[in-house]
Amino acid sequence: MDKIIKEYKKLLPEKIIEEVKELVPKASDSKMKKIMEAVYQEYLDSKVEAGESVGLVAAESVGEPGTQMTLNTKHFSGVAELNITMGLPRLIEILDARKKITTPMMEIYLKKPYSAGKDIKKIALNIKETKLGEVITEFAISIAEQTVEFKINEKRLKDLNVEIKDIKDLIKKTKKIPPCTIKQKDNSINLATKDDGDIRKLYEIKENVKNVIIQGISGITQVLPVKRGNEYMIITAGSNLKKILVKEFVDTTRTNSNDLYETYAMFGIEATKQTVINEVKKVIDSQGLNIDIRHITLISDMMCFSGNIKGITRYGVVKEKSSILARASFETPIRHIFGAGLTGEVDYLTSVIENVMINQPVPVGTGLPDLVTKVKK
Amino acid sequence: MAEEEIKKETENIKEEVEATPSEEETVQENKEQESETDSEEETISDEPEMTEEEKKALEEERARLRKVREEEEYFQNYVYKKVEFIKFGILSPRMIQKMSAAKVITPELYDSEGYPVDGGLMDTRMGVIDPGLRCKTCGQKLKDCPGHFGYIELARPVVHINFIGEILDLLRCTCKMCGRILLQEETIRKHKTKLDELEEEFGLLARRGMIKEIIKKLKTAKKCPHCQAKQGKIMLEKPSSFVEEEKRMNPIEARARLEKIPNEDLKIFGFNPDSVRPEWMILTIMPIPPVTIRPSITLESGERSEDDLTHKLGDIVRINQRLFENINAGAPEIIIEDLWDLLQYHVTTFFDNNVAQIPPARHRSGQPLKTLSGRIKSKEGRIRHNLAGRRTNFSARSVISPDPNLELNEVGVPLKMAMKLTVPKRITDWNKEYLIEYIKRGPKEYPGANYVITPSGRKKRITDETKEEILAELDTQYIVERHLIDGDIALFNRQPSLHRMSMMCHKIRVLPYKTLRINPCVCKPYNADFDGDEMNLHIPQTEEARAEAQILMQVQTQLVSPRYGKNIIGTMQGSVTGCYILTKFLTVKKKDAVEMLNAIGLMDTSSLPNKERITGNEVISTILPKDFNFRSKTKKGEELLIKDGNIKSGFIDNNAIGDDGKGYMLRILHKQYGPDQTITIVGKIFRLGLEVLLRNGFTVSISDTDLTPEISSQVEEVLSKAEKDIDKLIKSFDENKLEIIPGKSIEETLELRIMERLNHARNDSGETVIKSMDKTVPLIIMADCGSRGNVINIAQMSACVGQQALRGKRITLGYKERTLSCFKRHDLSAKAHGFIRNSFKSGLQPYEFFFAAMTGRDSLMDTALRTPKSGYLYRRLSNALQDLKVEYDGTVRDSSNNIIQFKYGDDGIDVSKSEKGKINVQRIIENLK
Repeated sequence: MDKIIKEYKKLLPEKIIEEVKELVPKASDSKMKKIMEAVYQEYLDSKVEAGESVGLVAAESVGEPGTQMTLNTKHFSGVAELNITMGLPRLIEILDARKKITTPMMEIYLKKPYSAGKDIKKIALNIKETKLGEVITEFAISIAEQTVEFKINEKRLKDLNVEIKDIKDLIKKTKKIPPCTIKQKDNSINLATKDDGDIRKLYEIKENVKNVIIQGISGITQVLPVKRGNEYMIITAGSNLKKILVKEFVDTTRTNSNDLYETYAMFGIEATKQTVINEVKKVIDSQGLNIDIRHITLISDMMCFSGNIKGITRYGVVKEKSSILARASFETPIRHIFGAGLTGEVDYLTSVIENVMINQPVPVGTGLPDLVTKVKK
Repeated sequence: MAEEEIKKETENIKEEVEATPSEEETVQENKEQESETDSEEETISDEPEMTEEEKKALEEERARLRKVREEEEYFQNYVYKKVEFIKFGILSPRMIQKMSAAKVITPELYDSEGYPVDGGLMDTRMGVIDPGLRCKTCGQKLKDCPGHFGYIELARPVVHINFIGEILDLLRCTCKMCGRILLQEETIRKHKTKLDELEEEFGLLARRGMIKEIIKKLKTAKKCPHCQAKQGKIMLEKPSSFVEEEKRMNPIEARARLEKIPNEDLKIFGFNPDSVRPEWMILTIMPIPPVTIRPSITLESGERSEDDLTHKLGDIVRINQRLFENINAGAPEIIIEDLWDLLQYHVTTFFDNNVAQIPPARHRSGQPLKTLSGRIKSKEGRIRHNLAGRRTNFSARSVISPDPNLELNEVGVPLKMAMKLTVPKRITDWNKEYLIEYIKRGPKEYPGANYVITPSGRKKRITDETKEEILAELDTQYIVERHLIDGDIALFNRQPSLHRMSMMCHKIRVLPYKTLRINPCVCKPYNADFDGDEMNLHIPQTEEARAEAQILMQVQTQLVSPRYGKNIIGTMQGSVTGCYILTKFLTVKKKDAVEMLNAIGLMDTSSLPNKERITGNEVISTILPKDFNFRSKTKKGEELLIKDGNIKSGFIDNNAIGDDGKGYMLRILHKQYGPDQTITIVGKIFRLGLEVLLRNGFTVSISDTDLTPEISSQVEEVLSKAEKDIDKLIKSFDENKLEIIPGKSIEETLELRIMERLNHARNDSGETVIKSMDKTVPLIIMADCGSRGNVINIAQMSACVGQQALRGKRITLGYKERTLSCFKRHDLSAKAHGFIRNSFKSGLQPYEFFFAAMTGRDSLMDTALRTPKSGYLYRRLSNALQDLKVEYDGTVRDSSNNIIQFKYGDDGIDVSKSEKGKINVQRIIENLK
C-alpha cells in the first residue's frame, strides 16, 4: 500500500495524499491503486489550463465582493476589547502596502512557563507603554522660580513596579527636555530650568514630562492577555516587533504583527507574503465573504515576488510593468509617455491592454497559442 | 498583377498611430507576406502554338489559377498584419520637417469662399474635414485620409514645457564651456559599467533610480574637471525660464549648451542618444497636428466653430508671425523679448494647459481650452476612453423581465430587435437556396435579411427596389446578413461587469413584446433584478467569436464560480420554497404528479412509482439522474440522502439547490454529469418549485407574526429582565463597583456589558418566538428552507426589533449629554440609546422610530461611499494583475516572463473546477465503492 502511495507522491500534491491516507487508513493494494488512480484522474481534470488568465480571475474574485463589504467597521478581535480596522478600509490599506497602518497589532505568543498563564498580567503590564503623565496627580509651575513640580501617585507606581528614583534618570535621559536640575522629595519631583524666564518653555517641559515613557515598549498602547485554546498569549494594540522579540518570555517563532513593513524588516519577504495572505483572509472572513485562498495568494505573490513589498498602486506593481502603454492606461499617462520618449523605450506589446489598444489578439487564454506551419513555397 | 494589388493594399492598411507632436512612435510591421504568386506568374506565359489538348489544359490551369487568386483575395481579408513593437522617442527638427506635408505660414483658416487657405492651419495638405474635398497629400476623401502633419518654423526657439525638468538637470550637470558631464573621466566609466550591470540585473527601473542618485550628487559641482571652467549656479524660474547667476538664460543659449553635450555622456543621464538629443527638447520648429484630429464643427447657423487645438495653434502662428516681423524690422530688444515670452506661453499651453503658475488659456466664454495633455489624460481622455475602451455594432439594450419557461442558457429577444440585428452568412452551394429565401423576405418580413455583402466588400441594403437586382447577381462568396433566428449565439451582459459571469453566452429565442427575457435563475451571476434593470446583447459576427462564445462563455460553463469553487447559479426564492413544501409536506395524486411534471417540460413520467399517492420526494426524484448518489445536511441539520436518484430521507431546501454557493447538490451534479445536464436539471427543479406554489398557493400574512398571549408575556418577561439587568449594571457603575475589563476604561466596560446583555435579550426573545411558532406557518417555512428571511427578521416583526447599532456602538450622538430631548441627561438606560423594544408589528415609539431612521441613514451613506472606493480598488487590482497567466509549464508569469508562482496556488488546481477549492477525495472514494 505504501508503495502505491509513494508512486503517486510525485504526481499528486501532498495535501491530497494526506487526505487519502486519512480517509483510507487500510486497503488492499489493488483497491488503493484504484482509489489513487481515480483521485489522480480527478486531479488532472481539475488542473488549470495553460493560458488561463489567473490574474484577472483573482482581481475579479477580490474586487467583486469588495462592493458588498461594509465601510467603517471596527471589529473586535478576540474577546471583544480591541478595536481593529476591518472591512474595505483595511483591505485597501493592505493592498496599498501603506507604511503607516491605522491599527497596528501584535500577537505575542509566550514561551513555556508563561504560556500556561504564569505572571501573565505582570508581563502584560510590563510591555504596555506607560507614560509619566498617567501617574502624575498634580502639576505646579512656578514662574518666579522657573520650576515645574509634579506629584506622583505612589500606589500606581508600585503597581507598575517602578521606583521614583528611576523616573529621575528617565527624565534626564529624555532628549526633548532641556537639561535642568532635578530634585526629588518624597513623591514629588521638582525640575528647575537654567533658562531665563520664558513661560512657554516651562509649559513645553511640562508637556514633555507627561510624555516620558516610564515603562514598557513604545508604541504599545494596549495589552490584552487572552487564552487561546489552552494557552495564554498577549494581544497588543500598537506594534513594535523589534523590541518585543528580544524579551525572554516571547516565543519568537510564532509572534507576529499585522504591520507589513515591520514584518518585512524583522522576518523577511516570505513572512511578509504570508502576513498579506493572513490579513486579507482575516478581513474577508470577518465580512462573512467567501474567496478562495488561491486568489489571495496570487495577489500577495504579485506584491512580494520582487523581494520588496509593492502595493497595488501606480508606485508599486503597476510601475514595474514593462509595457509603456499598459502603464499609461492606468494612471498619469502623460508622465509615462514622456518618460518613455526620453529613454527611447520600446513597447513589445507582450501584455493585454496594449494589444487591446491596437486591435490585436491578446496573448492570454485562447490568444496564447500560435499556429506553427510551413509556408509553401 | 495580383501581387501588385496585394502590395498596394498592404500599404493602405498601414497603421497610422496618432502621436503627440513631440512623441515619435514608429510602427514596425511584420512583413509576413506570402510570395506564392511568383512561381505562378511564369506558368501563365502564353505560347502561340498549342494543340487542342494543351489549350484545354491551359484553360484548366487558368481556371485553377483564377480560383487560387480568388482564394488569395479572400484570405487577404483574414491575414492580419501584426504590430511587433512600438518605439517611443522625441521628434528631431529634421524629422518634423521630413514627416510634414505642409508648412504653416499664416494664421488665416479659410478664404472668402470658405475654402481652406494654403499655408493656413486648415491646409488641405494636412488632411480634409469637408466631405467634398480631397486631401492634397494622399488624394483621399474625408473618411479615408488619415491626416498628415504640418510644421511651423518658430522665429525664436521655445522650451517644451514637459521637458523642463530634464533640461534643467542637463544644464546643471554639464559644463557650460565644453558640454562634458561634470565628472572625472574615471568616475564616468565606473558609473557606466555599474549602470549597465544594474540594468542587466534589475531592469530599467533600477537604472533610473541610480541615475537619479548620480544627478543629485552632481548638482553641487562647481568646476569642470575636463576644461577647468567655473560653473555658475543655474536656477529654474518657474514656469519656464532659466537663470544663471542672476542672469536670465534664453532658450537659444540653453539650446547651444545642450548641443555641446556629447552622446557618450548622455547615457549616464539615461537618455538614449539614438532617439533623443537634448537640444530637441527646445523647439525651433513645431509640428502641427493633422486637421483630422481637430475637426471644426459647423453650427446650425452655418457658422464654423473651430477646435480648441486650432484656436491655440492660431495664437501660436499669429504671435510667431509678429515676432518674425519685429525681428526683421529691427525692433527694440524689449519688444522682441515680450513677444518671445508670449510665444513661449502659447506653446506651453498648447502642450499642457494645466501647468502650475501659468494661467490656463481660455475661450472667450471663460472656460479653459482642452489642449494636448488634456486630450490624453483621465477617464475621458484618448487612452482610457478611445484606445482601451471599445464600441461595437450589432448590439442591443433593453429592459429585462423574467420568464421561467426559458432554459437557463436562453435569452428572449424581442422580434423588433431580431429584425435589426443580423448574423452574416456566407453563401455556399449548399445553403444558397435556403439563404435566398431570407433575401426574398427582405428586411420587413420576419426571418429575412437586411444586407448583402459582395465579394469585393460592398455592402448592399436589401429593399423592395434592390431585391430583384441582388437576387440576380447573387452567387457563392456573397455574404447575407440575415435576421436572428432561434438558436443563434449572443453575448448577454449587465453592468457593472464585475466578474466573468457578468457576460455570458445565451442562445436566442425570438419572442413577442419589447423586453429582453431571461430565466430568473441567471439573475445571480448578473446580479440582476427586474425593477427596471437593462441589459446589453451582442451578436458575434465571426465564426471564431461564435465558437469561443459557445464553448467558453455559455451559461452552463459558468455554473461554478471561480471565486470559491461552488455553484453560483441555482434556484432561489419561491422555487426553493416550492421544492421544500413539495418534499417535506406534500403527497399528491399520481394524476397531479404527472400533470406537474408535464408542466415543467418533463414528458416521460414512467419512472414515477406505480402508486395512488406519490410523495413529494418521489416527484422530485424523477428529475434527478438515475445513478445519482448524494449525502449532505439540510439547513436545519437533518440528513439529506439520495441513493440511485431517489431521495431516501430528508428534503430539498436552499442548501441543496440554492444559488450563490449554497446548492451543494447542484455542485455535485455538475461534477458528475457535466454542465449541460445540470443546467436542464436546474431549470426543471426551478419550474417544479414554482408549479408547486401555483397549485397550492402560498401567502405570507400579517397574522403569521401573531403571538399567543403566553408567548407575548414570555417575551415581555425576557425584555424586562434584560432592562432590570441593565439597571443593575448602571447602578454598579454609579457606585464604582463594576468589574473593569482589562485594557478598557470603566465607561467602555459598561457600554460593552450593556451591549452584550441587550443582544442576548434580542436573541432570547427571538428564540422564544420561533419556538412557539408552527412549522407550517408560511413565514417560518421561508426562513426554514432558506428562501427568504431569517429568524432575526421574524423576531423583529413579532417580538422586538432590538438594539440599533451605529458604527459598532450604541447610539450616543444627539443633544448635549443625551440622544434625544425626551430623555434625561446622562441617561444610560437601554431605551435612551437606541434599544427598540417594540416589534415592527406592534409599532415603534417616536423615539424608537428616530433611532431606526438614524441607523438606516447611516447604512445608506455607507453604501454611497463604499461603491467608488471599492471600484477604484478593483480597477487597480485588475490593472496590476491582468497580464498574469498560466504558462504551458504550469508556472504563473507576468508579461515580462517573471515567474510569480511556480505552480498556480501551489497545487495547480483551477478553483472553478474544484469543489470549494479542493478535490473532494471522500466523494471519489465513496463513488468507487
